[in-house]
Amino acid sequence: MFGYYLIIVLLLGTGTLINRNGPIRIVLLTIFLLVQTAIALYGFFHINTGQLDGNFYFDSLGVIFLLVLAILSYTTVLHSYIYLQHRKDSSRNQSIYFTALIVLIGGMTSVYLAATIGIMWVLIELTTLSVAVLIYHERTNLSLEATWKYVFICSIGITFAFVGIVFLSKALQEAKSVNLSFSDIPNHLQNVNTFWLKLAFIFMLVGFSTKMGLFPMHTIEVDANTVAPPPISAFISTALLNVGFIAIFRTYTLMAHTSILPWMNHILLWSGFLSLFVSTVYILKVNHLKRMFAYSGLEHMGLVAIGLASGGIGYFAAMLHMVLHSFIKASVFYQIDQVYRVFGTFIISKTGNYFNKNLAGAMVMLLLFVSVTAIPPSGMFVSEFLIFRSLFEAHNILLFIVVLLLLTLIMWAVGKNIFSMLFLPQHEQTGKFVKISPWESSTQFVLLTLAIYLGINPPPFFLQLINEAILALPK
Amino acid sequence: MINVLLITFLITLFFVAIANRLLTYIKVLAFQGVLLFAVVFIQLNNINTFNLILILMETIFFKSIAVPVFLAYIIKHNKITREAEPYLPHFISLIIVTMICVASILLVNSIKDNELDKIFFVVALSALFTGLYFIISRRKIITHVMGYLIIENGIFVLSLALGSQMTMLVNIGIMLDVFVSVLVLGIFTNRIGDTFEAMSVDNLSNLKD
Repeated sequence: MFGYYLIIVLLLGTGTLINRNGPIRIVLLTIFLLVQTAIALYGFFHINTGQLDGNFYFDSLGVIFLLVLAILSYTTVLHSYIYLQHRKDSSRNQSIYFTALIVLIGGMTSVYLAATIGIMWVLIELTTLSVAVLIYHERTNLSLEATWKYVFICSIGITFAFVGIVFLSKALQEAKSVNLSFSDIPNHLQNVNTFWLKLAFIFMLVGFSTKMGLFPMHTIEVDANTVAPPPISAFISTALLNVGFIAIFRTYTLMAHTSILPWMNHILLWSGFLSLFVSTVYILKVNHLKRMFAYSGLEHMGLVAIGLASGGIGYFAAMLHMVLHSFIKASVFYQIDQVYRVFGTFIISKTGNYFNKNLAGAMVMLLLFVSVTAIPPSGMFVSEFLIFRSLFEAHNILLFIVVLLLLTLIMWAVGKNIFSMLFLPQHEQTGKFVKISPWESSTQFVLLTLAIYLGINPPPFFLQLINEAILALPK
Repeated sequence: MINVLLITFLITLFFVAIANRLLTYIKVLAFQGVLLFAVVFIQLNNINTFNLILILMETIFFKSIAVPVFLAYIIKHNKITREAEPYLPHFISLIIVTMICVASILLVNSIKDNELDKIFFVVALSALFTGLYFIISRRKIITHVMGYLIIENGIFVLSLALGSQMTMLVNIGIMLDVFVSVLVLGIFTNRIGDTFEAMSVDNLSNLKD
């Protein structure tokens, strides 16, 4: 089944690339979305089955993020379409854009489901390339700079990850094993030299955090978010972060039953705390709407790393937080596309009085403030609360207090910026008045409601998926 | 014999540290490709023929012919000046690269593992960190790409240390990595050369808070 999926995606990608006709493009994209939904549902109903000689595997972890990706694909394609119509891009550029988008979604799907570490690594490189095309879509000097940095640093990151894989296979060689699949590796890691495992983990963490956007590799994520088309920013800061998270989570799971577990937790805790600290520092001074939310993404990734490192209920909380963050952060960037069309700028101090200009959008923005800063009824309140509980249970009281202080500062800074955009009068009128259809905000309402629903009252199948995904970790 | 080849590889790193012209960098990269070919030829004789041919194609055709020709074309096409323009003087570069090598030797010697091919790890780690150092200390974008290629060569040596264990897949991974990086980075160097006046990283500092 997965083989057919790959072939269809390849055909659709080629079709979109050569096609220059508007209506046919819509038909191709609709078929692609249906195929994406089909593979997600197929995975959900055939969980724990291998595909393509066991090179791909529908496990709970992959299926959760596959379902998230399927939902976000609809909204991203829709908002990309609106974005391109408003920019009046040439048909050729639209074809390139949508082809890269299809390859990106196909690549991310394959990363989620990859069953061996080598295949996952190659496919992560594929996502870098396709997203680079999308970041460069506006063809300005700034986007060129961001794309260059993104491709270059991601390539170095992916090289580091490869070094980690080499060290891991060195450890496996001692155990006389040549199998690099995720299900087989943990069986052989019991009595190997922990020095290799430590090196492998640290290199892979640094390498894959170019994708997850953890400190110190977060800068490219932020720069890419600044210049990418808003619907693509929505992908960069959600589904692509999930790619990095899955890679790090799988690596962590591999080594979780060896003696280096406390050491790994220590590293993750520091990485998470530093991410949180850096994001606080920058959010306090930032004046660019997209960069502010990119740093907010860094904050949430830091919290996820802390949750993962604390163990216990923290594993569950980290997974839940990733899912909810995907829905919320995606709606942020769909909304930012409208904000840009109204004001013609991303600079917060040049905006104002958004309530008068776009009522539905302003309501979304208000709801977004509540959701992003995890104030109840935001779903992320639940997951953050669980992360705090895991910190408490791990007896990290000092860190717990510092994290709370940092989060309060972030809440204040985000609130100050969003409220000034919503309520303060605009100093100088920029451009002419643009009327935005309220229907464009409907997807954001749907996604935010979904995030609240999943956080407050998660359906049983969702809980079961998460619990299965963290089953391999120590209690 | 392998020791001689690998030590020659290490010496090329020192040579790059004091090299002044971009053309020298390209020649050294091509020479490293030949060295790696020789190492592969001696080291990996017990794997299957097709795999061997693939790796040989990568080292000789890719690392020593295609990539250097391509880089030379970029330099000519974009009219890049011939000097490498490091931030630090050559003497300090030489000392830093020496320190990187000494640190790698000390690190590898501290590992208690009898089956370890120490020289492979020393050379690989030195190349990895020297490449990173070149990326940090050189001003031109094209030298960043060259630093990245030196890292790639180091990684290649590292994967040779596990020779027979590396499966086909990882070979493809290496190939994809080299191919993709040079191609994409090359295209961007072209574009950056057309857009900015000089190909210098000083022009890449507009994105900040």
